[in-house]
Amino acid sequence: MSLSVLMPVFALMTSLLASVVLFALPEKGYRLRTTINLVAAVVKIALVAVMIWGIARGREYEAAFTMLPGVEFVLRADALSMLFAGLSALLWLLTTIYAVGYLEDSPNRSRFFGFFSLCVASTMGIALAGNLFTFFLFYEMLTLSTYPLVVHRGTRKALRAGRNYIIYTLTGGAVLLLAIAWLHGLVGDLRFQEGGHFAGVDPSLQAPLTIIFVLLMTGLGVKAALVPLHGWLPQAMVAPAPVSALLHAVAVVKAGAFGIIRVVFEVYGLEAAEAMGLLAGLALVAAFTIIYGSTRALYQIDLKRRLAFSTISQVSYIVLGLCLFGPLGVMGGLVHLVHQGIMKITLFFCAGNYAETLGVHRIDELDGAGKRMPGTSVAFTLGAFGMIGAPPLAGFITKWTMGAGALEVGMDWVVAVLVVSSLLNAAYFLPILHRLWFAEQQQAWPHERRWGRLETSPWLLWPPLVTAVLLVLAGILANVPFSPLSWAELIVLREVAL
Amino acid sequence: MTIHLLYAFAGVALCGIGLFGFIRLDHLLRKLMAFNLMGSGVFLVMVGLAQRGGQPDPVPQALVLTGIVVAVAATALAVVLIRRYYHLSGQITLAEPGREPVKKPAADAHREGPTE
Amino acid sequence: MTLWLMAGLLFTPLAWAVLTLLVDFRMGRAVTWLGILVQVLVSLGLWAAVASDGGFYYLLGGWQAPLGIELRVDGLAVTFVLLTALVAAACGWHASVYLDPGKSWHRYFWPLFWFLWAGLNVVWLGGDLFNLYVGLELISLAAVGLVALGGQAAALRAAIRYLMAALLGSLAYLLGVALIYGQFGTLSLADVTALLSDGTVAAGQTFPLVLMLFGLALKTALFPMHGWLPPAHGIAKSPVSALLSALVVKASFYIAARLWLDLGGHLGGYELAQLIGVLGGLAVIWGSWLAFRQTKLKQVVAYSSVAQIGYLFLLFPLTWGVTDAISLQAQQGITLQVISHALAKAAMFLAAGNLIMSVGSNRVDALAGVSRFLPFSLFSFGLAGVSLMGLPPTGGFAAKWLLLQASLASGQWWWLGVLLAGGLLSAAYVFRVYQASFIDNTDTDHFFHPPKSLEVIPLILALLSLGLGLVAEPVLSVMALPFEGSSR
Repeated sequence: MSLSVLMPVFALMTSLLASVVLFALPEKGYRLRTTINLVAAVVKIALVAVMIWGIARGREYEAAFTMLPGVEFVLRADALSMLFAGLSALLWLLTTIYAVGYLEDSPNRSRFFGFFSLCVASTMGIALAGNLFTFFLFYEMLTLSTYPLVVHRGTRKALRAGRNYIIYTLTGGAVLLLAIAWLHGLVGDLRFQEGGHFAGVDPSLQAPLTIIFVLLMTGLGVKAALVPLHGWLPQAMVAPAPVSALLHAVAVVKAGAFGIIRVVFEVYGLEAAEAMGLLAGLALVAAFTIIYGSTRALYQIDLKRRLAFSTISQVSYIVLGLCLFGPLGVMGGLVHLVHQGIMKITLFFCAGNYAETLGVHRIDELDGAGKRMPGTSVAFTLGAFGMIGAPPLAGFITKWTMGAGALEVGMDWVVAVLVVSSLLNAAYFLPILHRLWFAEQQQAWPHERRWGRLETSPWLLWPPLVTAVLLVLAGILANVPFSPLSWAELIVLREVAL
Repeated sequence: MTIHLLYAFAGVALCGIGLFGFIRLDHLLRKLMAFNLMGSGVFLVMVGLAQRGGQPDPVPQALVLTGIVVAVAATALAVVLIRRYYHLSGQITLAEPGREPVKKPAADAHREGPTE
Repeated sequence: MTLWLMAGLLFTPLAWAVLTLLVDFRMGRAVTWLGILVQVLVSLGLWAAVASDGGFYYLLGGWQAPLGIELRVDGLAVTFVLLTALVAAACGWHASVYLDPGKSWHRYFWPLFWFLWAGLNVVWLGGDLFNLYVGLELISLAAVGLVALGGQAAALRAAIRYLMAALLGSLAYLLGVALIYGQFGTLSLADVTALLSDGTVAAGQTFPLVLMLFGLALKTALFPMHGWLPPAHGIAKSPVSALLSALVVKASFYIAARLWLDLGGHLGGYELAQLIGVLGGLAVIWGSWLAFRQTKLKQVVAYSSVAQIGYLFLLFPLTWGVTDAISLQAQQGITLQVISHALAKAAMFLAAGNLIMSVGSNRVDALAGVSRFLPFSLFSFGLAGVSLMGLPPTGGFAAKWLLLQASLASGQWWWLGVLLAGGLLSAAYVFRVYQASFIDNTDTDHFFHPPKSLEVIPLILALLSLGLGLVAEPVLSVMALPFEGSSR
């Protein structure tokens, strides 16, 4: 077996094996568990880096076997999958470090890290899936492995959120299964393929294909939190901070968005989808979600809930980007997959730090937190400015590229959506920043913990600082090779024949 | 209409009566007897239907012998269970009991091992 | 060689039944371990034989049908023989640890266990209608005895109820057999099919087939004839429940499926096929809903069996009047469903037994906090649940996928709703149990910890049902082994 077959398998196996080992570890094996976690995460980054290097030079990595009569299980690494795989491998390492610090004394750590690794394995599987069937397999695995993380605390509220989460996602999964099975029955097993399969398709197939597209988008839209399928997300905020960070920045919402990208680009093909008139509807839903999410975020007083609604809005940038049907717009959408991940995880790390160190959950309790926790607050500020789209941060690159893309194809209303959304972003982030830096502390922190000279545990402090640096770099060095923007450009050149 | 078919029809009638009793009767022993009646009906159908051309067919006879053995075994098991059930609960029907059993259950078999 | 294999499959279980009847529980346990080893080896041997030379007919003792016993050894039979060996071995092993040797009546577990195994092998291999009846009766009587092992009045009530249903089912089947014999003058399923295909005997009435299917459906607990199943499966000892749900109900379904695939084309009809399918669909919905409503853990699992059995009956509409390719797809799907349900349900009952043993109560809400202290049993329960929900990569998913494809291809799109809704409903009852166990209201470990081997067995079964989806292709290839049709 050659290395090109084994690489994707290895990349999947690192976290799968880690998860099995972690489940078996006794609760007390703190050092061993941390070591295994970190080693697995570093190995995975190395594997993904090798594949990224290979793919940039035109190598192909693929492993496949027949699972059922007529159905193949395909793992395949291409430029698009590396966008997602690279993001999740990198953020897995940081989130693991963060989680080790966050869960220091809490119970059930074996279970937590076991499912956490399983969740990352599913994410990797989603990134590497080579056809819709394999994609679905990991998509459902992700649903199941995140449920125990959402209900981890075991409180009534957590269980209720978990129930809602599972109802939304499993129903979405059922719709997706129906769509995939139908498509399979109609045209057979379709591998993801550059340019899609349905260019110049038989007109008699157009009607079923349109229905299937709607079903696919519904199934995927649940995880991507498209309005009106977003209800589970704000509730899932009861999960521990590393889980929220992972759910919202990398794993779950991105799995949905990534699935939408795969379907539009590599199953239907961007041109075919446009020709069938499927993209216009999707663009409207995405635009509505962007505005709706931002508006709802304005009214939240809980910090994590505000961030959650912000996620709902921001993920739809990715979807909206695809619908622009022009190289620049698509590039903007793709690059936002990475940018939004880095920015949002920074914000969630910081929110977790405030909660863990000061006991602060509500925004009006944050007054003066900047003086107490300067490092965290700087990271938060950078993340917030990134979201608003201030140059030269990562978010600016996205919005600029997308705006240019929209003008290029004459969809001027999209620029208006972007502007309104940025104003709303500013409206819900700037007051927080004001409280952090300029307001005086009103009362004692609700539940403060001290770590000597440091503002908080180093395990908690470093991850947000690193991601904050990354989001600055992603903006400044956008034109350097292997930056997210350059990679998105590579994808557009290779895969989307426009 | 031959004489053999008459046997078969008698069998069908027996089956019908047995089925009626099996469904309508609550007393477990009566139910069991109804089952036996039904069984006899089936055996009669088996032997009766197969005798075409006046020649007795040996196969159904052999089958019915086996069938009778099976029925006897089933009846024996049922009688044992019903008897034990009566000793434990004092009931002769399958009706769900009230909170308290009619008769105090025998001591040895009341509870066992892990509760389930 | 073949002689030895056949002797091993049919006579050693009977011999072991007699042997274990004579000794006490501990001795019986030791004897049983040896017997399980023999059975597993013989089953593997049969697989090897069929894989190398193809399937065949075997005349027991050289006697010709109709008086002799004709066995039909083909890929499907081999699949089920292997499944039985696997699941029965697991349940036997579990029972040998789980059952309390101090209870005098527990020694009867072993003989009943072996009679059950013998009956199952007879059914998988039986080639004529009457021997199938004998096999069925052997299974039913042994199964009723096993349920009655519970000892309490409630267990006996469940056992008697089960017995009555089983006896009625058997008689209906036997009456059907009598009518078939009267019409065709033969009991061999293959001969009846041949006569029908030649057109030598007119197809005539559907009635005998309906009668037989009714009897078998009653024994398989098809909705609305499922009333006897939940009490019996719920109250039996866990290894017994596992055996009953995993294997016993499948035996009568297997006969029904064989009858339908051989005779359904001539004697059946569209309406009959659809009717059975609709009953299966209702079983899925109604059984899952009742499972969701139960307060006792084992009742949840038992009602889930009612629902899962419902899927099996989709075989009838999906194989009638469709092309061979679609029919094959449906048969493969159902076979996978049988296997994955057998593995998953056995795992689930065994795990449920462990959980009940640890918390000392059979209520679902008593599970609070158990996730922290007994992760393995809970994990097995959850994994098995994933298979029942039909989520990837489990065997349940592979089965569901094939059935979805068959429904779509045959244009019977209404089964899609059943398949998808059934999955969601089963998620509802599985997650209800999971949710109860995640409630964290205690820091102290006041749970009884069962021996490790009790935790390992369900985990192995659950992992097998999970992995089944990934190796579905090779598993299905056993079923597709060639059949020569010659006697040996």
